[in-house]
Amino acid sequence: MSEKREKPIERVLWGAASLLVVTYALIPVAWMVSLSLKRSADLGDDRFLPRVVSFEHYEAVFRDPQFSAALRNSIGIGAISSLAAVLLGMFAAYAIARLDFPGRRLILGAALSIAMFPPVSIIGPLFNMWRTLGLYDTWLGLILPYMTFTLPLAIWTLSAFFREIPWELERAARVDGATPVQAFVHVIAPLAAPGVFTAAILVFIFAWNDFLFAISLTSTNDARTAPAAIAFFTGSSRFEQPTGSIAAASVVVTLPIIVIVLAFQRRIVSGLTAGAVKG
Amino acid sequence: MSARRMAERRLAWLLCAPAATAMLLVTAYPMLYASWLSLFRYDLRFPDERQLVGLDNYVSVLTSEAWWQALFNTTLITLGSVSCELILGFVFALVMHRAVLGLRLVRTALLVPYGIITVVAAMSWRFAFDPTTGFVNALLGLEGAWLAERWSAFFIIIQTEIWKTTPFMGLLLLAGLTLVPVDLLRAARVDGANAVQRFFKVTLPLMRPVMLVALLFRTLDAFRIFDTVFVQTRGAQSTDTVSIVGYDALITRLNLGLGSAVSVLIFLCVLAIAALYVKGLGVDVADREAP
Repeated sequence: MSEKREKPIERVLWGAASLLVVTYALIPVAWMVSLSLKRSADLGDDRFLPRVVSFEHYEAVFRDPQFSAALRNSIGIGAISSLAAVLLGMFAAYAIARLDFPGRRLILGAALSIAMFPPVSIIGPLFNMWRTLGLYDTWLGLILPYMTFTLPLAIWTLSAFFREIPWELERAARVDGATPVQAFVHVIAPLAAPGVFTAAILVFIFAWNDFLFAISLTSTNDARTAPAAIAFFTGSSRFEQPTGSIAAASVVVTLPIIVIVLAFQRRIVSGLTAGAVKG
Repeated sequence: MSARRMAERRLAWLLCAPAATAMLLVTAYPMLYASWLSLFRYDLRFPDERQLVGLDNYVSVLTSEAWWQALFNTTLITLGSVSCELILGFVFALVMHRAVLGLRLVRTALLVPYGIITVVAAMSWRFAFDPTTGFVNALLGLEGAWLAERWSAFFIIIQTEIWKTTPFMGLLLLAGLTLVPVDLLRAARVDGANAVQRFFKVTLPLMRPVMLVALLFRTLDAFRIFDTVFVQTRGAQSTDTVSIVGYDALITRLNLGLGSAVSVLIFLCVLAIAALYVKGLGVDVADREAP
């Protein structure tokens, strides 16, 4: 971008480098797709691409009640966690971006520490507490940690977006007699929608990806999510390697993410980098 | 203080209260609870034998070879992956910066590893290097079970981490790269600096803050590594990491006392890493509130 007058050789080199990067990024995905389409008999054939395309593993995976339950749990838990994190994050981010109060640094500090916090340090206590409170192996038992661990992300992304909003509009609403809450709901919220949406996507990706909480705080189909189900896949018989089923299940859970990434790449990138780069 | 100001403050606290409560209840309280539990002999399989033992659990962990090996493995994986990610991340960022093939294509492709489930990525690389289902051995004309040996297993674990997280690094660095003033680079060029000199003398110093923040977060993230190791070796071939050791003690063996001691130690390690970056390298995290 910076140097428009590049030599042709440079253009070719950068083009080749781009191609290399794209290939590297996509190979494991292509490999999973290819594995999932191989026939069981061909799984060990040393080839990258399937000899014959077959959908037997997809049929097997969708016949498996465990996987459908896990998929349902993942979607439900991910959606509710995003909603909750974004809602709480929105309130806090508004206060941080707009209001003058002494707790700003405290809240941001807390968010920062949680972003660095090792989840493995609290799975023991949570396991014990959730069993006592009846939250073990429930949706809520996973939603709470997901929501909490994504709050920093939500607060950062949202306060970054909130800063860019033309706040004169809010002042105008206040002058017209609206309360701060009314001004927030009717004027600012609609303007903040893109930022809110970005935060929701990032939170959803986190919840969709989590494995540690999922295997520590669940035990059955009631709340076990897709990554946990995939890791613990057993073949339909003891003698069958579940490779094909795992590959098919992996492709199924990867598709929504690819779609989201393709559709919202600009927002995801701006959300991801918002917290790290000033300016 | 005016009434209006007071009202504003009250509203601010009110708005922050739900988020603050959630953060306190789900992380701070369990962390305190973990430190408390770590002082007990407490095994959920024999809950009646719960007994205050002081620092005994810490002594057992710190004198066990398993902990030190796990700490060594975790450090190795962290250093190995983060250093490669930094270098490769710069390459990715420069490629995106200069992309002639279309920034959108490269950026979209790079977001795929970021978005993909870690368990899935780990499975994909495991199958790729597997001696029966894989294609890598056939491609290279080798016949090894990569994950059945310690050092090759580390190679695969680290390479999976690199694949999964370099794009994130690349995107952060790209954002930093766009902040470097073009005029400055042009001036350096006029003064006779070549591309390498321009990168190391102009671009890199200007990007230092962004780079350090990215490094801090990636280091802490890599130190917590769990999913990839769990899927690829399950800690076999002496590839245990501290998170795996903690999980095994807490969830597999239900030994809450000993496991909590491990949890607290991991937390202290994370604190130490963060302190090292902030105090040692002067990473400015406090002001990151103003993006």
